[in-house]
Amino acid sequence: MNAVTVVHHTIHVVLALSLPPLLVGVIARTKAVLAGRVGQPVLQPYYDLVKLFRKDSVYSTTTTWVFQAGPVVGLVTGALALLVIPLANSIAPLSFTGDPIFLAYLLGLGRFFMASAALDTGSPFEGMGAAREVTFASLAEPALFFGLLVLAHLSGSLQLATMLGSQLSQQWFSAGAPLALVLVSWVIVLLAENARIPFDDPNTHLELTMIHEVMVLDHSGPAFGMILYGAALKLFIFAALVVRLVFPATTGSLWMDWPLFVLGLLTIAVAIGLLESTMARLRMTHVPVLLVAACLFSAFGVILLLR
Amino acid sequence: MVFALILFPLAMAAVTLAIESNRWRPWSLPVGAAVQLGLVMTVVFPPTGSAPLAAFGGWLLLDALGKLVLGFLSVLFFLCSLYAPGYLALRSDRPNRVFCTNLFVSLAMMTLVTLSHHLGLMWVAMEATVLVSAPSIYFNHNARSLEATWKYLLIGSVGIALALFGSFFLAYSALNAGLETTLLFDQLIEAAPRLSPPWLHAAFVLLFIGYGTKMGLAPMHTWKPDAYGEAPGMVGTLLAGGVTSCAFLAVLRIYQICHRGAEAEFAREIMIFMGLFSMAVAAVFMVRQRDFKRMLAYSSIEHMGILVLGVGIGGLAVYGALLHLINNGLTKGVLFLSAGNIHRAYDSKFTDNVQGAIRRVPLSGGLFLLGFLAIAGSPPFGPFVSEFTIVSAAIERGHYLAAGLFLLVLGIIFVGMGATVLTVVFGNPPEHLEPTAFHDHASTSIPVLLFAALVLLLGVFIPAPLHDLLNEAMALLESSR
Amino acid sequence: MPQVFDILLILAVALNFVSLGVSRIRAVINVVALQGVLIGTFPLFVHTDIGLRGFLLVTVTLVLKGRVFPAFLMHAMREANIQHEVTPVVSFISSLLLGAVGSALAIMFSDTLPLTEEHSQVLLVPASLSTVWTGFLMLTTRRQAIMQVLGFLLLENGIFMFGLLLLEAIPLLVEAGVLLDLFTGVFVMGIIIHHISREFASTSTERLAELKE
Repeated sequence: MNAVTVVHHTIHVVLALSLPPLLVGVIARTKAVLAGRVGQPVLQPYYDLVKLFRKDSVYSTTTTWVFQAGPVVGLVTGALALLVIPLANSIAPLSFTGDPIFLAYLLGLGRFFMASAALDTGSPFEGMGAAREVTFASLAEPALFFGLLVLAHLSGSLQLATMLGSQLSQQWFSAGAPLALVLVSWVIVLLAENARIPFDDPNTHLELTMIHEVMVLDHSGPAFGMILYGAALKLFIFAALVVRLVFPATTGSLWMDWPLFVLGLLTIAVAIGLLESTMARLRMTHVPVLLVAACLFSAFGVILLLR
Repeated sequence: MVFALILFPLAMAAVTLAIESNRWRPWSLPVGAAVQLGLVMTVVFPPTGSAPLAAFGGWLLLDALGKLVLGFLSVLFFLCSLYAPGYLALRSDRPNRVFCTNLFVSLAMMTLVTLSHHLGLMWVAMEATVLVSAPSIYFNHNARSLEATWKYLLIGSVGIALALFGSFFLAYSALNAGLETTLLFDQLIEAAPRLSPPWLHAAFVLLFIGYGTKMGLAPMHTWKPDAYGEAPGMVGTLLAGGVTSCAFLAVLRIYQICHRGAEAEFAREIMIFMGLFSMAVAAVFMVRQRDFKRMLAYSSIEHMGILVLGVGIGGLAVYGALLHLINNGLTKGVLFLSAGNIHRAYDSKFTDNVQGAIRRVPLSGGLFLLGFLAIAGSPPFGPFVSEFTIVSAAIERGHYLAAGLFLLVLGIIFVGMGATVLTVVFGNPPEHLEPTAFHDHASTSIPVLLFAALVLLLGVFIPAPLHDLLNEAMALLESSR
Repeated sequence: MPQVFDILLILAVALNFVSLGVSRIRAVINVVALQGVLIGTFPLFVHTDIGLRGFLLVTVTLVLKGRVFPAFLMHAMREANIQHEVTPVVSFISSLLLGAVGSALAIMFSDTLPLTEEHSQVLLVPASLSTVWTGFLMLTTRRQAIMQVLGFLLLENGIFMFGLLLLEAIPLLVEAGVLLDLFTGVFVMGIIIHHISREFASTSTERLAELKE
């Protein structure tokens, strides 16, 4: 554990905890610009968080500790998950064999508590949102796992840091087809897990059409702030995975790697904004079709590797 | 000469297209067909010692199999064309320009199939017959014939596409073996033992399914009952006798390659199975069939199964199958044309309305009954001889199960078909129906009589030139040189 | 560059799945056209020295598959007043799964077929078989006549892909044969669709169900 590693870890943690709201802001700004508006400032999510943390929470009398636990668990699992993912230089502060499973289960735990918190309110809207969210997540998980399987097979290891390491750039040439399929599949998973168009419209105000928004309707104040931040962390996680998949090369120099990585993240954010602006939301009955397609794409990546 | 055989029908098509009068146009059909028949006969039974007809460096070549199918086609077309003027005079309300032109073009394309010795060219010609015969099915311009045409086109196109795929596989089997890639038949035959087996197997399956769709083997037969049921009688004859024979020829070419490549066992097993399956499917659907033209379609499916079964069994059964090609086609001529006449007489195709044909249109009714007896395999007609040859060869070669199933299915078909035919032919015409103006006329009866005479002739006596030709063709399929 | 070609082949297979999953007919027409354009560029990858004939084939294929056929089908849709939604016999997810199973089997089957040296690195045969299967699936599980025509187009795309292996070896006759097949097939089918819509005021082949047994 030498000094360079310590520096890397520090930058990793600091960046991972501070950057996510910026990504959300960039997405919102991109959408505004493409729509011909000026839009909110890029740093607006930070101001929103500060505002929310200064407020008081209002809790419904029908809720229990589960309702208060939901946002907290979401935040904690998101932060823990960030420690497992390699960012700029394929070193993760927390790395052990089998950590992809750890990652998936952390996300699953966070989702479980969020859904439980929603059900805890006893309101039909929240229940509907929770049901939808969990259904779509259960369809999206196999896609994530098949992608992880492809990476594990290619790198021969079960540590995320090695799977998404620098040898991936070489493997893009030798096994480009499966990796391309995984990329397409993971982009779809990113959109699905973060409640973006075409799965969910973050700007809708009609409860019947919401998936993620409606689950968090009853939270207020700091709890809501925790939820927003947790959602941003989740976005950061998936965006980081995609960035590592696409730009796996490392230059070896501290001053080059991290800025390049941040640039990659911002590119993904702009791309998401672009996608959201150009596509329409899918009809609810067609969402499972797209998710199954994503699963099939990454499953095909596996099959192609195994032949 | 080769070009004359193909270009003459095309020229006649152009002439037919140009004739303005709806009344006189049908007469170009018998004239053209007669000339074509004359040309073909000089080629099929040439004076001894003359070289085989070839052109284009081996792309077109007339061998024994080709001669057999070509000669039969031309006879079939000629007899049908004799029927055409009378029939089209009855249907003078409909313009027949497209109909007559299409008939000549399809004759040209079918001739091309028999002449081609390049599998790609053969494919193009088969494709052309599919497309050209489609409008003829739509001749009646009603909802049912539209449905029939749609199914015919769709399923036929898929079959032809699969056949193309199989041709590609075949070419690749040569490429993979390091040989010169070619679709020229003679080169493939020569290279057959060295062709790569997995590709050859896959190619055979695809080609068999593809061309089998055009033949109407089950389970690719679903277009047949609709198409034959809705098409006019003479179109049905040409489809059942002509197009299916060309498709069968295509299957035989592939079989030849497999045979030379020592993959014959594989091919034979598939053919026996598909043959029996087609016969069984036909039997099931023929029982209680109320539409007697659809019944004829199922009969055609059955006989395609018999053809394929014969080749699959091998030995003398191949001779039987080749003879059956001719017998089946001619008998279908009798059946379709007389059925067409009965349809005209009653203006209905269903057994609820059509009864007592023997009283209403004695000649057509009688010939329909005769045709039924022939196609069901009773002596002294032609199909009996060919079917008997196939069964005896099957028993001789140890295919007891196949022979047993064959006889069982024939029995079922005899009963099923018989029920429908006897209802149509005997009894009294229903009183509540207005009799139409149609009566047996020379122009609509003489061709049917000629067909029946040929069927009877082949049942008692096979002329020596035909016998020689059949033996020559059989040798092509059975020799292991 | 076999790797780039592999990725393009995978893209073509991905388009198969997209065509099975989308629900608007115009979208399916566009997807099939896109796949046609993609495949039209394949001769440039399969053979290094392509010659004038090859370029001609590429151009003609691109124009036909990318422009002519889609335009014709869109025109047929407008003329015949066809409804815009796909009505499948099996659900969309089942179609996707069937397509996936078929494609997996195609990959396994093509592994049993030996390929020559230069061809063994690419996924051409599995991609071609997968496309043929998808086309066949669309033909059999969609109710509208125009969807059946699109399934036929997919089938031909798959066959064309396989034919590329033989582009050097066999003269252009067969390639032209595929295109001719397609051309006449689509045009004739388009005419029939027109007649069907006139006869029935709908092009769902459910109406063509009178002839049974």
